[in-house]
Amino acid sequence: MSLAHPGYNFAYLDEQTKRMIRRAILKAVAVPGYQVPFAGREMPLPYGWGTGGIQVTASIIGADDRLKVIDQGADDTTNAVSIRRFFAKTAGVATTTRTNEATIIQTRHRVPETPLHAGQIMVFQVPIPEPLRWLEPRETRSRRMHAEADYGSMYVKLYEDIARMGRITTAYDYPVMVNGRYLMRPSPIPRFDNPKLDRSPALMLFGAGREKRIYALPPHTPVKSLDFEDHPFTIERWTQRCQRCGAGDSFLDEIVIDDRGTRRFVCSDTDHCDTRLERRSAS
Amino acid sequence: MSEAPLPEIDRLAKRYGERQAVRGVSFALWPGEVLAIVGESGSGKTTLLNMIAGRVAPDAGAVRFRSAAGAVVDLAALPEADLRRLVRREIGFVHQNPRDGLRLSVSAGANIGEPIMAAGARHYGSIRRAAAAWLERVEIDPARLDDLPATFSGGMQQRLQIARALVTEPRLVLMDEPTGGLDVSVQARLLDLLRRLVADLGISVVLVTHDLGVARLLAHRLMVMQQGQVVESGVTDQVLDDPHHPYTQLLVSSVLAA
Repeated sequence: MSLAHPGYNFAYLDEQTKRMIRRAILKAVAVPGYQVPFAGREMPLPYGWGTGGIQVTASIIGADDRLKVIDQGADDTTNAVSIRRFFAKTAGVATTTRTNEATIIQTRHRVPETPLHAGQIMVFQVPIPEPLRWLEPRETRSRRMHAEADYGSMYVKLYEDIARMGRITTAYDYPVMVNGRYLMRPSPIPRFDNPKLDRSPALMLFGAGREKRIYALPPHTPVKSLDFEDHPFTIERWTQRCQRCGAGDSFLDEIVIDDRGTRRFVCSDTDHCDTRLERRSAS
Repeated sequence: MSEAPLPEIDRLAKRYGERQAVRGVSFALWPGEVLAIVGESGSGKTTLLNMIAGRVAPDAGAVRFRSAAGAVVDLAALPEADLRRLVRREIGFVHQNPRDGLRLSVSAGANIGEPIMAAGARHYGSIRRAAAAWLERVEIDPARLDDLPATFSGGMQQRLQIARALVTEPRLVLMDEPTGGLDVSVQARLLDLLRRLVADLGISVVLVTHDLGVARLLAHRLMVMQQGQVVESGVTDQVLDDPHHPYTQLLVSSVLAA
């Protein structure tokens, strides 16, 4: 705690606000997948940069926590670096890039490749929390649809995908049913990561700053991706392996590396890639 | 016709502010029967229809509906979730403007498929087959299955809407001016189609219209409304050929002979 900047309350938010957000989180955990409204605060960064996630992290972080922040799978991108620094400065907590060592992982776009373990908390930054929004622009109606578990129309989107493309093309933010009850947006993670949410031993919290909603997946909650019987849910596959670490089972980014269009495929999860390289050079 | 009325409307009333839109309307509709409600604009026809569909909560009265299982429920007293489930399964609705009843941003197939998916179908192939079969049934080329309804003509959009309303084979279909806004030749074709479908499927229909010709062609029975009240009702031909109430007489005499 002594490392924290003396000009701020611990983890930036005042205690009253943290209590309010914790109450919302408790309710969200009690009703998995249900979007709980909360009085989101103005944060010292713009909406869309992770204000919802930061408020959730600020409310749950303790002095002995170890924080990891991911942006597009990487620990060294702008958003990840600045949020990690933000908490190092205002809460004085230890930070890490290692998935194994982290107690809290705030993320945008990815769930780490390394399996999570009990006691860890994932915090997702959510741009649009409402899975029914494209279908029903009115909040009053979409909340009623949730209340009545009236989700059949959601399949229209998948139907259209197959009718037009021959397969389900929704690649990220792929809708899921939580505990057989609530339809949920998993935030813009690739559908590759959807299976990692199912019965995860870690607690998963989702914070939407602009829309002021919090929802949660308690550990071991069943999470099912929507699909048709004759078009089952599948994850992305690559013909290449990671050209850095050689992994054949991780989510790959395609990177253009020169002006002639040469491409390279590498792991999107930098920690996963680095850990594999280190292990290889050690042996 | 079987023994019990499908919906039984009992003294329904609805007030909008100072204005009494519907004043204690009662009637019973029997399986396979087509009832037309005619009357001028503002006579409460559409409000009545919306109350039967569970879209507008009545101030007083009951809509007793006999579900497929045989139980009689009052739609006006049903919890919201149960109401929605029952309405989705048993009642179809055809709007005057197809844009109100269709999703214009998704294909015709998805439009017909949505009610089946909402009812729980999760097999893409069979949903698609059902959608194609229904397109054919409403005389739209099945090759247009993946086209957007926005590219359809007004008459085709209306036929698509009818396919969407009927695909789950509801036992009661409510129609609000289904032929309004269409030119006469398209209207005639649509009426033909409706008459055939209604007879084939044996569904009961409540049809709101201000067109007496439509009523005469489709309806077994006719109800004339004025200022929220039923002023005359009976067998269609009888009411139209021998109107008793002054307002009905005015209506019948106002029809232009072609």
